[in-house]
Amino acid sequence: MTALQPFRKLDSRTAVLARADIDTDQIIPARYLKGTTRAGLGRWLFAGWRYDEQGRPRADFPLSRPEAHGAQVLVAGANFGCGSSREHAPWALLDYGFRAVVSSSIADIFRGNALKNGLLPVIVDPATHEILLASPGVRVSIDLESCTLAFGDARVSFAIDPFSRRCLLQGVDELGYLLEQGDAIAAYEKEQG
Amino acid sequence: MAQSEPRTLFGKLWDAHLVRPETDEAPAVLYVDLHLVHEVTSPQAFSVLRERGIGVRRPGRTLATMDHSTPTTPRPRGTKLVIEDRDCAAQLGALEANCAQFGVELHSLSSEQQGIVHVIGPELGLTQPGMTIVCGDSHTSTHGAFGAFAFGIGTSEVAHVLATQCLLQRRPRTLQVRVEGRPRPGVTAKDLILSIIGRIGIAGGTGHVIEYTGSAIRALSMEERMTVCNMSIEAGARAGCIAPDDVTFQYLAGRPRAPQGPDWDRALTRWLTLPGDPGAIYDRTVEIDGSAVEPTITFGTNPGMSVPIRGEVPDPGSATDVANRAALDRALRYMGLRPGQPLIGHPIDVVFIGSCTNARLEDLRAAASVLRGRKVAAGVRALVVPGSRQVKKAAEAEGLDRVFRDAGAEWREPGCSMCIGMNGDQVGRGQSAVSTSNRNFEGRQGPGARTFLASPLTAAAAAIAGAIADPRELLR
Repeated sequence: MTALQPFRKLDSRTAVLARADIDTDQIIPARYLKGTTRAGLGRWLFAGWRYDEQGRPRADFPLSRPEAHGAQVLVAGANFGCGSSREHAPWALLDYGFRAVVSSSIADIFRGNALKNGLLPVIVDPATHEILLASPGVRVSIDLESCTLAFGDARVSFAIDPFSRRCLLQGVDELGYLLEQGDAIAAYEKEQG
Repeated sequence: MAQSEPRTLFGKLWDAHLVRPETDEAPAVLYVDLHLVHEVTSPQAFSVLRERGIGVRRPGRTLATMDHSTPTTPRPRGTKLVIEDRDCAAQLGALEANCAQFGVELHSLSSEQQGIVHVIGPELGLTQPGMTIVCGDSHTSTHGAFGAFAFGIGTSEVAHVLATQCLLQRRPRTLQVRVEGRPRPGVTAKDLILSIIGRIGIAGGTGHVIEYTGSAIRALSMEERMTVCNMSIEAGARAGCIAPDDVTFQYLAGRPRAPQGPDWDRALTRWLTLPGDPGAIYDRTVEIDGSAVEPTITFGTNPGMSVPIRGEVPDPGSATDVANRAALDRALRYMGLRPGQPLIGHPIDVVFIGSCTNARLEDLRAAASVLRGRKVAAGVRALVVPGSRQVKKAAEAEGLDRVFRDAGAEWREPGCSMCIGMNGDQVGRGQSAVSTSNRNFEGRQGPGARTFLASPLTAAAAAIAGAIADPRELLR
């Protein structure tokens, strides 16, 4: 029943998209939602910003810069992932190579979708957020056992739902847990008639 | 459960659907009464069922429709439908095959009940007070207008509900938005919700369920209430809801899937217990003066960036903080607007009247009231896309289609259409569109498209003027 890649520790450089309110239409535009699988969406991650009108990569897009190459941690402006419920957004981020998104706030549906796919949403305090936004390419270490994020001499803790944390650490998905609730669900249905 | 604590509407909805209450260690197991499904966010969920060899637990509580990828090109009766976009066709085919394999009722393009998922649920009478309703679509908040807890979910959760009829949820907080005062003529539910979002911000509802209360909300029709609840997600809220009342019950009575006869009486007795108890506490409350709301239009690239229609484009220089200034700067550049410029008179290329926000019969009547006997300005493309086949039929029975066509607007087949642009209905690069839809994000209506969100009245006025215009001048 394992459907997730377990998440324990991650050491990586960061890529930074400092804009606030990055909505899921920016993360992956709707015209790339016409598939029937999860595969290959990384190619269209931030497509509207990443490519020019002729479809060529823009050299000045932050993810195209050399220091962002291979980064597995995306640091983004506040309210990341607002807008539509498309799970294609975390699928695209993961397919591109990200394993964690760090911001001062993350929209509800996106956060839930990310957790279900092994993409760790890390919410840090505004001061730490400011420093990380201003330091693209900095090396960070994220430890889900201790719920800490460290970079340079700094070390901050972050909050995460204990249930989601356990699922991520063990690499188990929620569907398995829900399927185990079959008796309770049947009892509820019987009571409701 | 002890009845000592007065509960809000949301509190009652939540409590009634707990299969297991939440603990520190685990979220609540929440039962879902109605699961709506469409072609874009469901194929990967059905694949999960196949991979695990499990079926749909309650096919009878699941209803599918086609809306996002469907063509809206006018098709005369009897002509064969051809879906030119191969990917869209494959996605629609996958939904058809999945529904057949798992025994799920589907309203495909040939069904008389086909339409936008958030239009057909209420119209069929499937959306009812007291329910939990989910769909792989963030505008599921629409159904909260009936006193339901209705929210958008991702595709993993679509699989969870298909397989178990349940979701794992942490209890959200409650935000009361109380609107008192009678809105002035020409001010619609759309203006009200745009001004609410402008006030609380696009992240103002994060972690909350909004309950809309107050005399201005009570005075709204069901269709207007749906417009308000629809855009709750644009304030970051998971859901929006309104306590059911006689307006709700009158709307539902006699709908095909609503309870009938003795079942109706039993349901009504239950529904009457849903409104919040006197003294129930909300985590937060925001008060809005409904009489001060003006026709409202967005100028920027998120639904919170709006001004009264007679207002001016804000100056980023006067923004309170650096992040706001940068966001405004960027939005104005994208939209091709100058600080201080009046919105009235700004030229536009496209008008889109449609979407789950504003494509119901009353919306079309409102647009037609402005367009009747007038002409869409030269060079402007105006699309009117009814929310469902039933809306289309009802509009045609009243002759609204003639009003639109005589004015020079396109009268199209139902679907999400230009709100999301997946089906080929798109605004061109650099073009400006006044849209009755819900999102003005960069590229939402097509790469490089510039979207101004407004009411059906304002959209119709813009179509005639060829520029942003105050609809009140045409209503006199």
